[in-house]
Amino acid sequence: MRTAAKITPVGRSGRFARSKVWGALLGAVALVAGAGLVGARMASVPADLDTSAEQVTERGLYRVSYEPQGGSIPVGRLHTWTLRVTTPGGEPVGNASIRVDGDMPQHGHGLPTAPKVSRGSAPGEYRVDGVKFQMNGWWVMDFTVRAGAGEDTAHFNLWLP
Amino acid sequence: MRGAVRRPALLAPVGSLVMLCATVLVLRQLTPWNARERETLQSLSLASLPPLPPDPSNRVADDPRAVGLGHGLFFDTRLSSNGGVACASCHQPARNFTDGLPLARGLGRTSRKTMTVVGTAYSPWLFWDGRKDSLWSQALGPLESSVEHASGRMQVARVVAGHYGREYRALFGTPPDFSDTGRFPAAAGPAGTRAERRAWERMREEDREQVTRVFVNAGKAIAAYERRLRPAPSRFDRYVRAVLEGDRTGQAVLSRAEVAGVRLFVGKAGCTGCHSGPLFTNNDFHNTGVPARPGLPRDLGRALGARQVVKDEFGCLSPSSDAKPVDCPELRFLKTDGHELAGAFRVPTLRNVAGAAPYMHAGQFATLREVVEHYHRAPEAPAGRTELAPLGLSEREMDQLVAFLETLGGGVDAPPELLRAPPGRGK
Repeated sequence: MRTAAKITPVGRSGRFARSKVWGALLGAVALVAGAGLVGARMASVPADLDTSAEQVTERGLYRVSYEPQGGSIPVGRLHTWTLRVTTPGGEPVGNASIRVDGDMPQHGHGLPTAPKVSRGSAPGEYRVDGVKFQMNGWWVMDFTVRAGAGEDTAHFNLWLP
Repeated sequence: MRGAVRRPALLAPVGSLVMLCATVLVLRQLTPWNARERETLQSLSLASLPPLPPDPSNRVADDPRAVGLGHGLFFDTRLSSNGGVACASCHQPARNFTDGLPLARGLGRTSRKTMTVVGTAYSPWLFWDGRKDSLWSQALGPLESSVEHASGRMQVARVVAGHYGREYRALFGTPPDFSDTGRFPAAAGPAGTRAERRAWERMREEDREQVTRVFVNAGKAIAAYERRLRPAPSRFDRYVRAVLEGDRTGQAVLSRAEVAGVRLFVGKAGCTGCHSGPLFTNNDFHNTGVPARPGLPRDLGRALGARQVVKDEFGCLSPSSDAKPVDCPELRFLKTDGHELAGAFRVPTLRNVAGAAPYMHAGQFATLREVVEHYHRAPEAPAGRTELAPLGLSEREMDQLVAFLETLGGGVDAPPELLRAPPGRGK
């Protein structure tokens, strides 16, 4: 489970890394902001929630897409997802190790299960078994891909009605 | 005099505002349900309850003969060390299979409230902390608990083999002969008193296995009985049917306040996040910041239950289970780590909730009104972190929520003979 602060878009850390003072200040601000969000226990749903099933990872190393088995995402039932991982140019990425994490920013809890990732039937395809959502609403699913190009994370927003 | 002249001038706009608010409230109550809301109502209706899920870990789960044996065992006080405690002592049919107590009482007192068994065949996890993953495995826990039946595994096996031999044989084959007290002591079991544990350890392994097999089969028969206990339709279900059929007269089955409560339940109060589906539970675990009960040790709920179920002697993946590993997906994908497990407890069904007082995992609240006030306030949790946020409900809205919850009573849907002790047995 992550705090709501963790899903804030990243990518600016390099700018601040130049100065340790700035870094420390930013850390303190982030900590206070994070604590505030956790304290309030309510992260509001962004108006422009991007629920696309294909995302580029944070640092742009991979392109990741998902497809739930059966086409739609059920609530309250174990099911399987298929992940496709490619380079930004579209080449399948095999032999990746993939970590799954999911949570509900508005409720402060994560997935009720620990899904397992295994190799899929085609190059760059992976099977994620044991996915379950116990509540409807806004979910964030993270897939951290580790392969030849390095480790990078793709974030997906889901809106389960 | 000036004051007397000005008062009506001030009262007029205030009065209009009050009238406007009242009109909005009345209109809101009369507003027809939109398509999305109707879908939600339908999902909560008992008519949406799917067929009973199979239990591959229990090969007699749906065998009528096992229902008969389990029915007998459920009411049999001989399955306790003092001859006074049966499953039905806490799971009383007249009280929707609960006991009306804050903490369950058998030979001693437990640290949790008795949960109903009605409709629990639909849940992948049993007990408030989900430390069991099947009805049969759950049924075995209290039998060996020192504060519940305290009967010991040997005693249960002996009662089953001695008093239910015919029924047992029909389902599981001839029960072992336990008459040799040298091999099968009067009292023995892995979870009993020190003397019982020692006696158990001194037994030959194959003898222990024979005893355990009968013990497990007793649990599987009790589970077969419990699977037949389902909630019966309530006034709420009749209301939903009337809404879906456009039957305005039929909708009068709920009062205006009760309908307002339904609206709050599925809307502003956000109850359906966890209390979803026809049994009003997502069968999962949530930390709702329920205060600790004074005098009890700190209760971490699911954080401990998840670790216990992995190691359970009678889990879905255990040798006593009839399931193949592929039939145990919930256990295979079990989450044992995560801060949200701390202080999280299983979401109970709200069917028949008005008769299920007191409420919460240790009976912390005496009335439904107290429960609703708790969700409204959303205090910090005594362990872990609460998932709740304050609801901003008015006093009237809280009353309406309670009024709605009281419409969920329908009793138990089971043949009448299953709702009382078999002839000549127990209470």
